[in-house]
Amino acid sequence: MAEERHKLVHTFGALAELGQEVSSKPNFHETMRTSLHLLLGSLAIMRGGVAGYSRFGHELNMLATRGFGEDFPLTLALCQEDERQFLGNGLYPIEISQAKVLPFFQIYDHSFENSALELFVPLVVHEEMVGAVFLGSKATGEPYTSYDREIVCAMARHIGVAIAQRNMMAELERRADENRKLYENLRMTYNDTVKAFAAAIDRKDKYTEGHSVRVGKYSEIIASELGWSEQEIEGAAVAGYLHDVGKITVERKIINAPYRINAKESTELNKHPRVGYEILMPINHPYADVPLAAKYHHERIDGRGYPDGLHDREIPYIAKIVNLADSFDAMTTDRPYKRRRPVNEVFDDLQRNAGKQFEPQIVTSFFRGMYNELTGEAKEKRFRRLLGREFMETEGMIPMLRSSLNAMTPTSPLTFVALD
Amino acid sequence: MKTTSTNAGILPSRQAVVYAGDYLNKLAGEQIERECRIRLQEGCDELVVNFSQTELVNSIGISILLGIIDSASNQGAKVVFSDVKQETVELFDLLGVTKHADVEIKDRLQQRLW
Repeated sequence: MAEERHKLVHTFGALAELGQEVSSKPNFHETMRTSLHLLLGSLAIMRGGVAGYSRFGHELNMLATRGFGEDFPLTLALCQEDERQFLGNGLYPIEISQAKVLPFFQIYDHSFENSALELFVPLVVHEEMVGAVFLGSKATGEPYTSYDREIVCAMARHIGVAIAQRNMMAELERRADENRKLYENLRMTYNDTVKAFAAAIDRKDKYTEGHSVRVGKYSEIIASELGWSEQEIEGAAVAGYLHDVGKITVERKIINAPYRINAKESTELNKHPRVGYEILMPINHPYADVPLAAKYHHERIDGRGYPDGLHDREIPYIAKIVNLADSFDAMTTDRPYKRRRPVNEVFDDLQRNAGKQFEPQIVTSFFRGMYNELTGEAKEKRFRRLLGREFMETEGMIPMLRSSLNAMTPTSPLTFVALD
Repeated sequence: MKTTSTNAGILPSRQAVVYAGDYLNKLAGEQIERECRIRLQEGCDELVVNFSQTELVNSIGISILLGIIDSASNQGAKVVFSDVKQETVELFDLLGVTKHADVEIKDRLQQRLW
C-alpha cells in the first residue's frame, strides 16, 4: 500500500511537472527533451524518443531520443495506410510486437528491435497526427500494465499538445511573414504608383517639371529632421508627391502662362487644392493625411491662405510641411514669369514668413537639415541632389544659415552660436 | 582518494566518483550523464554516483540515472549509487533501478544529520 502511494506520488509529480513544462518553456527543443525525461523517468523506462510529424513530407522527425543506438533513423517515413491506421488508433499505445502488419513497423523492424522498443504512441491531437512517442522496456523488465498505459497516454497527450501548439505558432509565423511580404509589395507598388503619378502631374508644366518629386523629397527631409518615424516620413513624402494632383484638371495654358495670371485664371488655379482632395479622398492610402495635405498646402498660419483661410492649429501639420517644401521649390526654380531667387533672398523670405506663412518649427528643421549637410554633420547629400552644386556652394551659405537659425531660435543660445 | 574540489574524479582502481548534486533533477543533469560517459570512455570500470548532496530524485533524475546505467552497461562497467537516502532507495526499488545498479544506503546517523 505504501509502495503504491510512493509510486503514485512519483508519477503524479512527473505529470504535474510535464504540464508546467509544456506551458511555460519558450524553448521548444528543451521542452521536448525535458518532457521525454519526465515520461521515461515516471515509469523508469530504459529508452525512448519523441518525434514530430510532417504532414507534407509524411515523415516522423525525431525531436528527442534517449538510449537509441546511433543507427536509429532520425527520420521515419510513413505511408498513407500507416497514417490512416494511426489516426484511427488515436492517442493510445500500440504494442510494436503486435503491429507488424503495418508497413511502418515492417520497414523499421530492425531499428526498433535493436533499441528494444515496446510501445509506439501516435500523438493524435484534434484528429490530426502531430508526432509519436517511442518507448522501450521498463527497468523492472515487467510488461506495461494498464495503469502504466494510462500514465503514458496522459503524458503523451501533454507532449502532443505542445507539438500541436508549436506547429500552430510556426504556421502563424509563416502566415504573418507572408502577410509582411505582401504588405511590403503593396507598399512598393503604391509608392511607385505615387511617383509615376507625380511625374505625370509635373509633365503638364514644362517649367515645373520635377516639382512634385522635389516637394516630396523636401517634405521627406523635413519629416526626418523633425524626428518622425519611418512610416510617417514615407507618408510626408507621399503627401509631397501628390500635393498638386488637383492641377490635372487646370487648363495647361493657365499653368504654363508666361505672365502673371489674371484674377479669373487665378480663381481657376486656386481650385486645385480642393480638387486634389476630392481625387485623393476616395483612395485608401496607408497614410491618412495625404488628402488633407493636398487640400491645405496653400493655407497660411496667419489665415491668409486658401481654400478655407484656416489659422495655425486648424491647418494639418503635414500640410504645413508640404507648404514650406512647395514654396521653397517655387523660389529656387525658374518659373515662366519669374527667375529663381538668390539664396540670401530665399533664406530671408523663409525667416521673415516664419509665423506668418510658415510654421517656425518647420522652417528651423529645414534650415538645420541644410546646415548639417553643409557642415558635414549629416553624411547624406540630400539637398545637394535636389538643388545642385551651384546653389549649395553659394558663398557664405553656412554663416547665412547659422544666422537664420539663430534668428529662428533666439532662446536657445547653446545651438548655432557663431564661432567664426 | 576522493576529491571534493571537482564534481568527479577517477580513483586508482579505475573507479570514478560522480556527485549527483541537486542538478540531477533538471535538464542540466544531462551534464552529469556526459561527465559519466567521459569517465567511461577514459576506461573507468566502476562508476560511483554519489548522492550525499542529493535530497530527492524526481522523474528527470531517474531518466538521467537510467541513461548512466545504459552507458555503463554498453561499456561493461558497473554502476554503484552511494550515500543514497532510504526514501530514494525505496523509489529505486519500486521502479526497478536497483536491478541495474548497486545501491549503498546513507547511514542512519548521517541521514538524521542531513
